[in-house]
Order: sequence, then C-alpha cells, then structure tokens
Amino acid sequence: MPLRARGTGVGLADRLQAYLPRIVLSPTIAAAAVFIYGFILWTIWISMTNSGLLPRYELAGFVQYVKLFASDRWWVASRNLAVFGGLFVTFCIIFGLLLAILLDQRIRVEGALRTLYLYPMALSFIVTGTAWRWILNPGLGLERLVRQAGLESFTFDWLVNSKMSIYTVVIAGVWQSTGFVMALFLAGLRSIDDAVIRAAQVDGASLPRIYARIIVPTMRPVFFSAVIILTHIAIKSFDLVMVLTGGGPGYSSDLPATFMYTFAFTRNRLGFGAASAVMMFMAVMAIIIPYLYSELRVRRDG
Amino acid sequence: MRRNVVVSVLALALTVFMGVSVAAAGEVEVLHWWTSGGEARSVAVLKDLLEKEGHTWKDFAVAGGGGDTAMTVLRSRAVAGNPPTAAQVKGPQIQQWGDEGVLADLSGVAKAEKWDEILPKVVADVMKYKGKYVAVPVNVHRINWMWVNPEVFRKAGAKVPNTWAEFEEAAGKIRAAGFIPVAFGGQDWQESTVFESIVIGVGGADFYRKAMVQADPAALSSPTMVKAFERLRSIKKYTDKNAPGRDWNLATAMVIKGEAGMQFMGDWAKGEFTAAGKTPGVDYLALPFPETSEYFLFNVDSFIMFKQKDKGARDAQDAMARLILQPKFQEVFNINKGSIPVRLGMARGPFDEPAQRSMSDFVATAASGGLVPSMAHEMAVFPEIRGAIFDVVTNFYNSDMSPAEAAKKLAAEVKAAR
Repeated sequence: MPLRARGTGVGLADRLQAYLPRIVLSPTIAAAAVFIYGFILWTIWISMTNSGLLPRYELAGFVQYVKLFASDRWWVASRNLAVFGGLFVTFCIIFGLLLAILLDQRIRVEGALRTLYLYPMALSFIVTGTAWRWILNPGLGLERLVRQAGLESFTFDWLVNSKMSIYTVVIAGVWQSTGFVMALFLAGLRSIDDAVIRAAQVDGASLPRIYARIIVPTMRPVFFSAVIILTHIAIKSFDLVMVLTGGGPGYSSDLPATFMYTFAFTRNRLGFGAASAVMMFMAVMAIIIPYLYSELRVRRDG
Repeated sequence: MRRNVVVSVLALALTVFMGVSVAAAGEVEVLHWWTSGGEARSVAVLKDLLEKEGHTWKDFAVAGGGGDTAMTVLRSRAVAGNPPTAAQVKGPQIQQWGDEGVLADLSGVAKAEKWDEILPKVVADVMKYKGKYVAVPVNVHRINWMWVNPEVFRKAGAKVPNTWAEFEEAAGKIRAAGFIPVAFGGQDWQESTVFESIVIGVGGADFYRKAMVQADPAALSSPTMVKAFERLRSIKKYTDKNAPGRDWNLATAMVIKGEAGMQFMGDWAKGEFTAAGKTPGVDYLALPFPETSEYFLFNVDSFIMFKQKDKGARDAQDAMARLILQPKFQEVFNINKGSIPVRLGMARGPFDEPAQRSMSDFVATAASGGLVPSMAHEMAVFPEIRGAIFDVVTNFYNSDMSPAEAAKKLAAEVKAAR
C-alpha cells in the first residue's frame, strides 16, 4: 500500500512484483523444458533410429522395439522388476507400518529409536549394496558365521544362486527403505484425532481392532504416497543391483535400468538402449498418470 | 615457457618463409584410463618424451568402469565436435570411429617409421581404416595363460597339465587333496576370457577366426562349439561356489596364497604375483592354457588419433604417434605395465621370463597364423556382438542350459545383435 502512494514509481514496482514470480521461475522452467522434456523426446526419437556408437537421426521405425521384445535378457530384466518391485513395495509397507504402530505406543526413547530406523535412508544405495554383498557372501558373511557357530549344514547362498539372486536385492532394498516408510506412517498416525480413538475405546474396542478398523483405513492417502514413492524407487533402481550382484550371476538379477545402461553405454547400441529406456518411461507413466489424475481431481473438488 | 613461444614463433616464421614443413610445438590432449599405479607410471613416460620435444601434454584421464565411463565422455566430446587429440580405443571400434569420419590419417608417420615392417600384419590391419593408419598400437597382452601354484600341485601329487585330459586329472587330484582346483571369477568378461581360450584349443585358429572374429552362424552353432561349451561346464565343478561376482585379482590372490591350484587369466595377472613378491618359475608358473601353446590370443591397446585443425597440434600428434612405437618407450612402458612390446625385434634382455616367452610366441604365432585377436577383450568383433556372446556364455555358465542349446542360442543372439 505505501508503494502505491508514491506516484510514478508505483507502476514499475507493481509490474515488477507481478512479474517477479515468473522471472524467478523461468530458469527452472526452461531447464526442465530442455533437460527433462526435451531429452525425453530426444530419447523417443533415438529409439526409433538405428543409432549405434553415435546418435543418428534417420528414422527407422520400430526395429529396436522388435529386437527388444525378442531379447531374452530384456524379459529376464522385466520379470526381475516385477518380482523386485512387488516384493519391495509390499515388504516395505508391511514392515514400515508395523514399526510405526509399535513406535506409536508412547514408548520411551522414541526419538532415538525413530532416528535409528530412519538411518539407513541416509546411506547411499552404494553403501547398502556393498555392506549386504559382504553379509550375504557365503564365504564371508552370514553363512560362514552360522557355520562357525556350529551349524555346519547351514546354507544361505542366494547371492551366488542365479535363481535366488534377485531376492537378495529385495532384502537390501527393504532394509534401506523401510525406515522411510515408517516415518511416513508415523506422521500419518500422529495426525489422527485422539478423540476418535478414545471414542472407540469407550465403546470397548480392543487395541488391535481399533488399528485394523479405524486407524489403518484412515491412512489411505499415506498408503497411496508410499506406494507411488516406492514404486518409482523400484523402477529406477540401478546402483543397488550394480553393487550388490552386478546383475549376476550371469544376468539373472538384471533390472531394466542396468539393462539400458549396459546396451546404450557399453555395447554401442544407443537405439536399442533408448528403446528400453522408453519402455521404462512408459511403465513410470502408467503409475504416475493415475496418481496425477487423482491429485488434480481432488484439488478441483476442494 | 617463454623460450617455447619464441621457438614456435621462429619455427612458424621459417615455415612461412621457406615453405618447408618444420615441426611446431603443440598440445596433445590424451583421453585414457590408465590410472592405476603401474599404468599411470607408464603413461608418464610418454608424457616426458613428448615434453622433451617441446610439446605439451594435457592429461584427460577418466577412471572407472574399464573404460566405459571414458567412452561415454569421448562420445559426448565427439558429438560436440571437440574431440581430444588421441583416445584409448581399440579393436574393431577403431573402424566404427573411422566410419564417423573424424580420425586423422597417420600415413606420413607410418611410412617414415616403417610401421608395416615393425608390426605383425594382423595387428597392423586392426590399426588401419580403409588401408590407412588411424591408430597407434601400444602394447600386447596375451589372453590364453594359465597361472599355476606349483606348491599346491606338489601337495596334491598332480602334474601341470598341457592337454584337457591332463587338466581334468590334475583338477580332480587337487580337489581330492582339499584345495580349490581353479580360482575363478564369475563375471561375464572373465567367463568369456576362459571360454575363448577353450574355443581356440578345441577348434584351432581357423575355427576361432570363423566363430569369434567373423561371427559366422554355422561355426557358432557347430558341434565344435558344443564341445567348447561342454569343457566350460566341466571347469565349473572345479571352482568354489563363491566365484560369482569375484574380481579377477581376488582369484589371482587365491593362487598366490595357495588356496587354489591355478587360474586362467591374461598376462596382467603377473602384476599381482610381482606385487606379492613372487618369483616366476619358483613361486608360480605361467604356462599357456591347456591345448593352446601354439596359439596367441592377443589384446592390443591402442590410441586413435582425431583430425586436428591446428598445425601445432598436428605436429604434436605425429610426434606422439612416432614416440609410442619407438623402442625406448616400448621397453619402459611394457615393463611397467606387464605386457610385451607390439614392436617386433626388440631386445629381450630387460624383460622377465613370462614376458620373454610371450615375446617368442608372439613372433612365432605371427608367422604360423596362430596369432588371433581376442573376442573377450574387444579385439575381434563389434561391442554389440561381443555383448551378445557374453550374454549367452554367462547365461550358460550360470544356469543348467545344455551345451547344444547354448551353441544354438549363440548363433541366434549374434544374428539378432547385428
């Protein structure tokens, strides 16, 4: 208001103020337009060409996709993603919710415990992967430890077993991300009105029943966010697999992200790698679009 | 520094006035991934030699990923139209870069320095694009080696094997004595390194060239290939179960420590023995892979040279190409790196015993036709085909696929990757 009283300077300052958000945001928007959307389009274009060592721009149709769907390794990678994604999301939510409920019992040193559980999240997947590679190595970690303790017949060789190696990735991933999911649920639990719970207690409901019937159902939005976040962590998983199993034994624990890297960057098959990247993008879109749709619809209602 | 400038100005003036080509001082920017101890020392030698001639060396070392990272950087520089002077690129990839039309023609240096005479033809052919030199070879590694701990063999009462039957017998005895017969690293390139040695042992050099160099589908799915897969499978029972994912140097350490009897690995494994203070012929033996003594699977590192606009840079580039193949650099570099000189006719004296043997075999196999490029080490086929072979071999080794099925799959996957 005082600005407006100062005559000619007012128009400029006002206009500046009106444009300021746009000016401040424009570099970000430009960067996003080029480096995200621009490169998405570029990748889609490259995936329709015969690019090898260097990008070529003459369109060649869907040849790379035809090859991709005929590739055994791509299907191994896709199946692994389904196994890893499904188990990773499920176990993270189960353990996260369980931990959150236990922590929610107004126990002592809750702060310390919460930090402890959340701590793996502060680690990079590289560290997690390296640590678990040592723990799960039959000749070095768990198996050796138990055998030395006297249980000679104990076997835990998932890491070097091509049928089981993908499950070791699940173990390490769940260990890393459970704490984060717990924090999400804990926040959700704390936001529930105590009055509701007390009313249920007055009605004589047992604690498990209160959780199962009242508290967990009211946390639907938290479940939703957790699933979305975990799913996209699963789809873009790269470093964890690289460090933990290196995609092996053989290529039995390959994921689409490691598949894409291998073909585009170490085998001079840019077009083929781009095609697999586009397929991953489609998978992410299949999850994100319904999410965005529901978000935007809620906003309109409100 | 100032004197350099004066010299180059003078040189430039001379060039202009006399119309004679005089070497101008220039800069070479060299992309490589020789960053570990011995390798870095080896590169420093080249840098010193170049600087003595008045040129400057701009190091562009990209560590990690066995060169994958470096290739990604090189690709983006080339796409941006700003490639370095030279880059560590080898094998058929030289042809792929040649197709892009960005490589310099080194015919002048090659003729003056008589490269055609000092290099074996098989190696020279790899360095040429359409008959002209575009790359300079630096060193030679032999792939088909077997590293033996004689102490383990003695304790097990086993004889060092020359043939496959002897290998099976020795491995059986070593296992019975409670040692691990074969120290094995379960990574795809290591599996394929062993596999290609088996292939040349089973099929000979002509078959190897058909299968692993020309990637001929008939050879890839032939009964000979099935036999090679059978042998690869039979090695597996002589390895320990922690092999998957193990790095090659950890496998070498198992032989050094006497936990395992032998390892199949290229001659870079020697560096590990040397670093552990072991003496060749006493603490360890280096022998050709069973049934491959008359063959030499080679891995030659090389630098490709990119076209330069600036005269100074061109001269520096030529100087670098010339210096790399001169005896002085060849000797110092290869002793440091553990490889052997690519230049023929070098003095053997300064090299150790396994290197001397390798040098004799290099000359002998170059004459007999037993000198063939390694598939696993990017010397024989394009990376996409090599990748397809790797996939089948590693998938076969780590599953219960039958050898016949693997051979069939090999032909199919290679065809799909073309």
